[in-house]
Amino acid sequence: MLEIKNLHANINGKEILKGINLSVKAGEVHAIMGPNGSGKSTLSSVLVGNPAFEVTEGEVLFNGKNLLELEPEDRSREGLFLSFQYPVEIPGVSMVNFMRAAVNEHRKYKGLDPVSATDFLKLMREKRAIVELDNKLASRSVNEGFSGGEKKRNEIFQMAMLEPKLAILDETDSGLDIDALRVVANGVNKLKTPENAAIVITHYQRLLDYIKPDIVHVLYKGRIVKTAGPELALELEEKGYDWIKKEMGEE
Amino acid sequence: MKAEQQYIDLFTGYEDLIRRHASDVQNTLRTQALADFERLGFPSVKSEDYKYTDVAQAFAPDYGVNINRLDIPVNPYDVFRCDVPNLSTSLYFVVNDTFYDKMLPKAHLPEGVYAGGMKNFMDKYPEVASRYYGKAALTGKDAIVALNTMLAQDGFVLYVPRRVVVERPIQLVNVFRSDVDTMANRRILVILEEGAEAKLLVCDHSVDDVKFLATQVVEIFAGEGAFFDYYDLEESSVSTTRFASVHVKQEAESNVLVNGITLNNGLTRNNYYIELNGEHAETTLCGMSILDKEQQVDTYSHITHAVPYCTSNELFKNVLDDQAVGAFSGRILVKENAQKTEAYQTNRNLCATREARMYSKPQLEIYADDVKCSHGMTTGQLDENALFYMQSRGISRDEARMLLSVAFMSDVIDHVRLEALKDRLHKLVEKRFRGELAKCAGCRICK
Repeated sequence: MLEIKNLHANINGKEILKGINLSVKAGEVHAIMGPNGSGKSTLSSVLVGNPAFEVTEGEVLFNGKNLLELEPEDRSREGLFLSFQYPVEIPGVSMVNFMRAAVNEHRKYKGLDPVSATDFLKLMREKRAIVELDNKLASRSVNEGFSGGEKKRNEIFQMAMLEPKLAILDETDSGLDIDALRVVANGVNKLKTPENAAIVITHYQRLLDYIKPDIVHVLYKGRIVKTAGPELALELEEKGYDWIKKEMGEE
Repeated sequence: MKAEQQYIDLFTGYEDLIRRHASDVQNTLRTQALADFERLGFPSVKSEDYKYTDVAQAFAPDYGVNINRLDIPVNPYDVFRCDVPNLSTSLYFVVNDTFYDKMLPKAHLPEGVYAGGMKNFMDKYPEVASRYYGKAALTGKDAIVALNTMLAQDGFVLYVPRRVVVERPIQLVNVFRSDVDTMANRRILVILEEGAEAKLLVCDHSVDDVKFLATQVVEIFAGEGAFFDYYDLEESSVSTTRFASVHVKQEAESNVLVNGITLNNGLTRNNYYIELNGEHAETTLCGMSILDKEQQVDTYSHITHAVPYCTSNELFKNVLDDQAVGAFSGRILVKENAQKTEAYQTNRNLCATREARMYSKPQLEIYADDVKCSHGMTTGQLDENALFYMQSRGISRDEARMLLSVAFMSDVIDHVRLEALKDRLHKLVEKRFRGELAKCAGCRICK
């Protein structure tokens, strides 16, 4: 589904990603872990086409298409989704209008007619239930005045609405209390099918107790330095990242 | 030749004709208006308040003026269909500057209420008319008001007697219809006596592609406890130039809303003068304009708090695309004894291109010491983070820009106190941002 080959990327002229190789297949859940500043969020930003980052080398194929050539909106329409670490507040744009615009653009891309008003509201109601998002929030402006937990829930709600093939969850667990974490993780699990895939970016094992990864990668200094099964996450939780650094021949 | 001269010549050469086709109440003020116009002259771009609008240049071309009140061959009902669904109004027309009296709405007005032509009203009720006409818009202070007073022969009057409530909104459509370049001098006079209530929606439409020049003077008198909404929606054309001024005088406990919206225009200058003359009077003055190409809107406002315990809320927003130019100058004067005044002013603008220009100048002049006053002005671009967030959900950049622009205007629309008009405005604004609103759907040249 996703093939990343030798991906290099800069921000403000500084190289952050220094040759990432990663392959994700349908039905898989990958976890990407790593210490602060290792390039985890850069990787997710580059994949969804954030214009702040510049790709200097490498290739990304998403379902056979050259992802890096697509506009951010087309990446989304092709089935890529990022749950933002810091969701953006958009005063004056209601969640309903925002979601309707998004759903209809996805439909248009697939050659479908816009969704009817009643079907859309039904869809909203159904998907809201997955993350227990209050109706009050759904009728407000996008993320405006939402608490940290509500914003993250809202991300997963949007994911449920758009049914992506590949979802990237960028530190979706940060700022969540244990109850909110469970709700969000349950939401992600309910959306799991054999046809879609997920990349979970996180510092901690905590989230991986709920969302079970098939493969765990460690990102360090812009490269994936270790790839193993779920046991790697537990090992990291126990030992921290120092032993990785040692293995890398530092300190 | 100075730009003023052709108007002085026009008046002196055709004074008899102008007077013959107008009522005495209007005629009484003409000589003084001429003297004031000659004395003042058009304000130059060097004067602080007209820095961004070249008045003399706008008035320099030779426009036809229908002094003889010839019938303009048009049935406004053919060229205009109001496209505000669910908004049931009593609908009137002014064609260029003549009240259209051939097909009046079947009266749904309460007893004693007058809505209709100015000449007719003044002929019938000269005493009431002369008590108000020209009493808020003074010719001695503003050359364009003087010019209008000198030349205007007709217009529209809404008169609501004491304690009468007009439930159904009144709608007045100014239709610009001509085969040659035309100047129109329009007047609107609104009189609400004590406790009266009404809502007036005025829409400007240009239905031909010739050049139009309009001067429009609106006088609004809100008596004690009166409640009045004035909505002014300009959907004219790029070849239309409009100089409009709204003069409001409010008595105690009156509540007036003025909302001026420019969806399509050429060059527009809107002046607002509001005087709060009675305690506990409240005014909301707001407006917005959506501009692109070389369109220009220059908004000037002057709110006077003359007595204690009054509130004014002012909010103007502009979105400027291409090479559009916007200006906002907002003056609030709080007089010495106007304690406990609350006056708030906000001006926010979005410039979508590097070439678009916005000039904004808030001015607060406060002589009382126990007041709550604030002003805020920002000019900026659309939020890039919000645009990217929306794109990452599959929304195209253009659509995202449109949604953010509509959102930007939403609080001005929220001030509209007519639900049906509010809904319609949301849609019109959206259409305007999509570029689908070259002209209103009701106009014939876009059919």
